[in-house]
Amino acid sequence: MAVLMSPPALRSEPAALPKPRRVSPTATVLLLLGAAYCLLPVLWVLIASTKSASELFNTFTFLPSTHLFDNIAFLSSYRDGLYWRWMVNSAIFAGGGAAVSALVSAMAGFALAKYEFRGKRVVFNLVLAGVLVPGVILAVPQYLLLAKVGMTNTYWAVLLPSFISPYGIYLCRIFAAATVPDEVLEAARMDGAGDGRAFFRVALPMMRGGLVTVFLFTFVAIWNNYMLPFIMLGDDKLFPVTVGLSGLLNQGATQPAMYTSVVTGAFLSIIPLVVLFLSLQRYWRVDLGAGAVKM
Amino acid sequence: MRTRGAPYAFLAPALVLFAAFLAAPVLYAGYLSLRRVKVSGLGLGAGARTEVWAGLGNYTRSLTDPEFVPSVLRVGAYGLVVVPVMLGLALILALLLDGGRTRVGTFTRTSIFLPYAVPAVIASLLWGFLYLPRVSPIVDVLDRVGITAPDALSSGWVLYAVANIAVWGGTGFNMIVLYTALRSIPTDLFEAARIDGASDIQIALRIKIPIIGPSLIMTFLFSLIATLQVFAEPMTLRPLSNTISTTWTPLMKVYRDAFVRNDIYSAAATSVVIAAATFVISYGFLKLVGSRAFSQES
Repeated sequence: MAVLMSPPALRSEPAALPKPRRVSPTATVLLLLGAAYCLLPVLWVLIASTKSASELFNTFTFLPSTHLFDNIAFLSSYRDGLYWRWMVNSAIFAGGGAAVSALVSAMAGFALAKYEFRGKRVVFNLVLAGVLVPGVILAVPQYLLLAKVGMTNTYWAVLLPSFISPYGIYLCRIFAAATVPDEVLEAARMDGAGDGRAFFRVALPMMRGGLVTVFLFTFVAIWNNYMLPFIMLGDDKLFPVTVGLSGLLNQGATQPAMYTSVVTGAFLSIIPLVVLFLSLQRYWRVDLGAGAVKM
Repeated sequence: MRTRGAPYAFLAPALVLFAAFLAAPVLYAGYLSLRRVKVSGLGLGAGARTEVWAGLGNYTRSLTDPEFVPSVLRVGAYGLVVVPVMLGLALILALLLDGGRTRVGTFTRTSIFLPYAVPAVIASLLWGFLYLPRVSPIVDVLDRVGITAPDALSSGWVLYAVANIAVWGGTGFNMIVLYTALRSIPTDLFEAARIDGASDIQIALRIKIPIIGPSLIMTFLFSLIATLQVFAEPMTLRPLSNTISTTWTPLMKVYRDAFVRNDIYSAAATSVVIAAATFVISYGFLKLVGSRAFSQES
């Protein structure tokens, strides 16, 4: 494993919280304050999306109203359901980008972890340099290069740059080293499996848990990305929901009625990710420092 | 291993994508930063505008731009607020969760992690509305007790308003990373200290924090890189406030130069400066703390 210090021993079962010793009121209060701070804007957007345009700025902030479905209907009717197109686009960008990126990273990580070959050190250093190069600084030159081949303002302009994730490769190398024993690969080879078969049939299933983590990381990074689609896309039918909503907010400056749609759109847009998070919470166990990921 | 070509075949897709979408843009930005357009005659007709070498002209222009230095200083100040506050909160909350002296652990852990699922643009949107005096519950409450709250989006406060959005969005993720590291410390390392009468705070300071040092270093590094790239939050808040200029952060200036002024050469030079500065700072930081993070050896 790529570790900074010796591999940490796992303390009991990390799934459950430690058995409460004497309950500390201070700890409880501080944690609840933290939770309140984090939930406040989410609670607000839930309540605000039930308000009509006239209520949004004129009733008490946390007083719910009854217009949620009117607001959703109004937002859905905006330019023939453009909002839902944005949601579908976000799903395509994040889902497609993360799936391909996870596979590309798994193959590269597997090669780096399980083979000795010329140029291995160079490749690994390139990956590390890629982790440290701030991604969004690449957006402008990426745009200019894709413009040269006429690919800007297409889905590919956002998808292709998302397919490569140096951090994903780095994580996959650790997963492959930690979860795929050399003996198992050797056994597969004895049985006559080629390298490709050994990878897809033997190694990939063993790396499954780690790949879900890499997929989630990349999915969130792409779903949350703003600058790349903002620069690459001109046609608002191709926008992901982040770029679309910030455009709607701009319109709100001249037509305040749009604010209700912005708020409702913001509320609806966070539901899929929140569901994804809560249902896959156990995969978020990344120990950056040890360079290892607990599963 | 059986086939000599196998590792290269596995690496091929990654290397092709790396070359096309990481290496090529970096090199192309470097190339553009040394070029400029030369206009001959009236600049009309084919061939009147040609690209020529510009030497370091774009760099001098970019670095001496009266709007560049303030934007760098602004992001520096922003980073000084965001990184310590966010990581401080993340560390305290992770230690509290790991201490296990509460019954609300699962609920609070999930709640605090939740903002990570909210894109920066949406987070800025939510907070942007909450900053508006007519919506803000804080302004409402202060009003009732007779205090006039400052306008969060006024020029004196807008830096903190943006910083708050970043802290809100990033604390939970960093908390989970640190919490995962804390959970992997073997219990016996501090059970002995506890039996000797060490308090929770002493155990945290003397044992737990030094052990998770590597995780703190990596969260610090990633937070630093993210901070230098701040773009989505101020861009989203702009329609709600007239205190955020088009060059509020260096990256916003790159965007404006490239797409509003169509000066891709100057934008490329500024990009190269930001990328180099980020690289020097993060690499220098790793050297400074003597970290062997990312080590290759097994």
